Amino acid sequence: MRKNKSVLLSTPYILWMLVFTLIPLGVVGYYALTDPESGAFTLSNLKDLGMYLPVLGQSVLYSLASALICLILGYPVAYYIAHRGPVAQKILYMLVMLPMCMSFLLRTLAWVGLLQDTGIINNLLEAIGIGRLQLIRTPGAVILGMVYNYLPYMILPLYATLVKLDHRLIEAAEDLGCTPAKTFMKVILPLSVPGIFSGITMVFVPAVSTFYISQKLGGTDTVLIGDLIERLFKQGDNPNLGAALSLVLMALVFVCTGIMNRFGGDEEGGVIV
Amino acid sequence: MSKELIRLRDLTMEFDGERILDSINLYINDHEFLTLLGPSGCGKTTTLRIIGGFLNPTSGTVTFDGEIINDVPPYKRQINTVFQRYALFPHLNVFDNIAFGLRVAKLPAEEVTERVNRMLEVVSLKGYGHRHINSLSGGQQQRVAIARALVNEPKVLLLDEPLGALDLRLRKDMQIELKRIQQAMGITFVYVTHDQEEALSMSDTVVVMDKGRIQQIGKPEDIYNEPKNAFVADFIGESNILDGVMLSDYKVRFFGRTFQCVDKGFAPNESVDVVIRPEDIDIVAPEEGHLVGVVTSVTFKGLNYDIIVEFKGFKWLIQTTDYHGEGATIGIRLNPEDIHIMHKSEYSGMFGDYSSYSAEYDELTEDAEDEEE
Repeated sequence: MRKNKSVLLSTPYILWMLVFTLIPLGVVGYYALTDPESGAFTLSNLKDLGMYLPVLGQSVLYSLASALICLILGYPVAYYIAHRGPVAQKILYMLVMLPMCMSFLLRTLAWVGLLQDTGIINNLLEAIGIGRLQLIRTPGAVILGMVYNYLPYMILPLYATLVKLDHRLIEAAEDLGCTPAKTFMKVILPLSVPGIFSGITMVFVPAVSTFYISQKLGGTDTVLIGDLIERLFKQGDNPNLGAALSLVLMALVFVCTGIMNRFGGDEEGGVIV
Repeated sequence: MSKELIRLRDLTMEFDGERILDSINLYINDHEFLTLLGPSGCGKTTTLRIIGGFLNPTSGTVTFDGEIINDVPPYKRQINTVFQRYALFPHLNVFDNIAFGLRVAKLPAEEVTERVNRMLEVVSLKGYGHRHINSLSGGQQQRVAIARALVNEPKVLLLDEPLGALDLRLRKDMQIELKRIQQAMGITFVYVTHDQEEALSMSDTVVVMDKGRIQQIGKPEDIYNEPKNAFVADFIGESNILDGVMLSDYKVRFFGRTFQCVDKGFAPNESVDVVIRPEDIDIVAPEEGHLVGVVTSVTFKGLNYDIIVEFKGFKWLIQTTDYHGEGATIGIRLNPEDIHIMHKSEYSGMFGDYSSYSAEYDELTEDAEDEEE
């Protein structure tokens, strides 16, 4: 009786998933494994992906770099917020969330305005006599864009983990001879590992498949896998190759999140990816 | 047994203008088992946390072995704590939890292994080293917490209601176990509890606290037999507390009758509180009694009956092994040593009247004393 009811209630979503997730996935799979001309089954799309390996590597590298930078920037912030009073916590939490309320495109475009050759930062540098620097169209700018856009996704799971950390464990560590630094290394850090992995996943997954950030802030040599997929579908007119690339990206994300979950341990992470 | 190890001098603690501790003065001897006993909110846990270094007193000093340690952080104190609800590290197994302090102190691995294994035996957890903390029962977790603190061989072990979460049977076993460990290892124990029975049966010295002040310090027998005020008399066991007048040394008058007693040193005709323990009262035939009353309620307690007897409108609790039914008229006799005299205090008139007695009074008080902080 109860079981029937829950099946009934979940039917709309199951249908939704079937129509808009599983079937499209099948279509992607179909495209990936067929020849663009004849429509016959072929593995050549997947074989052709070899030439994109450097791009794939670059995407992973940039995303990991930005995830690590997010971790380094985000951890102290999350720790700070988690140790404020209840009111301050709510306000700070809101502040972290605030950029996410702004359009993703706008946020990225704002950085273009800041970093471009005749942008605000370069005008300022020129004015104080340092001279204009190459800021935009660099790997650094792409990573900066990723860090800026995805930092909240790092802070929130970290905060969720740290705020649940039992304060008595910190006292217990001090009681057993730990200096504050040792308490952090031996108790706080190990207990926040689930949050760390959750945060890295939350940053890494969107970053590895992004295309807009690299197009706006990157140059010709900072093409990412997301850009390639977009190009293959819209300009290159080779959706079959694009579909194959998408599948590989998906597999990559699965493998990465699998590894993260394995290291992240139990459900303590607070946020399910 | 006699060397002084810790001294608290004029300790005062305030949170948001509220006074939690009010000029606490106390010394603790080496190898002593001292218990801070009191109801929830009396300041006993705060006192313990100040000794542990987790709180800084608003004023006053903490001296350890002759040195003031107010500014010494917890990790530098030769004191370890068994926390309320254990605070075991969930990311470590039993062995690693116990080894934590030794490894922080960078002891050689062989010594760590040896000492942890020995400690596992002391707390009867041999073979549990690789078990995960969450797979242990409450009593086992408790013993890990004790082992984790004791393995460091601290000079002082602080225990914050360590048995509070255990069931009665296990609590009794652990009381004996703790006392045994304390005597075997010769460590000073400072123990916090709201359970008077626990305090009386384990301690060398009991410190009764209420409202941030020490009400009485003494050996368990002295605290029980010679309570200083109505609060102590009521908190430690059951007491009938009556208004009386001390006529002269060894003579007290209450209920319109003069009784011989063993107390002296009061001002002539001083108003006093008279304490009579329910188990000290002898029941006799009405015509032989000093006082005659009527039984108004009877509760079977296993070991004895708790009966409520009305004397001239005032109800007493009497514990007796003989059955006296409701409505029975009985006489009672009071021997001089059954009558304890106390000066009047702020607590006079607040305790020791069983007029509103109900059979559930035990459970009611225990529920109210559940949580501190």
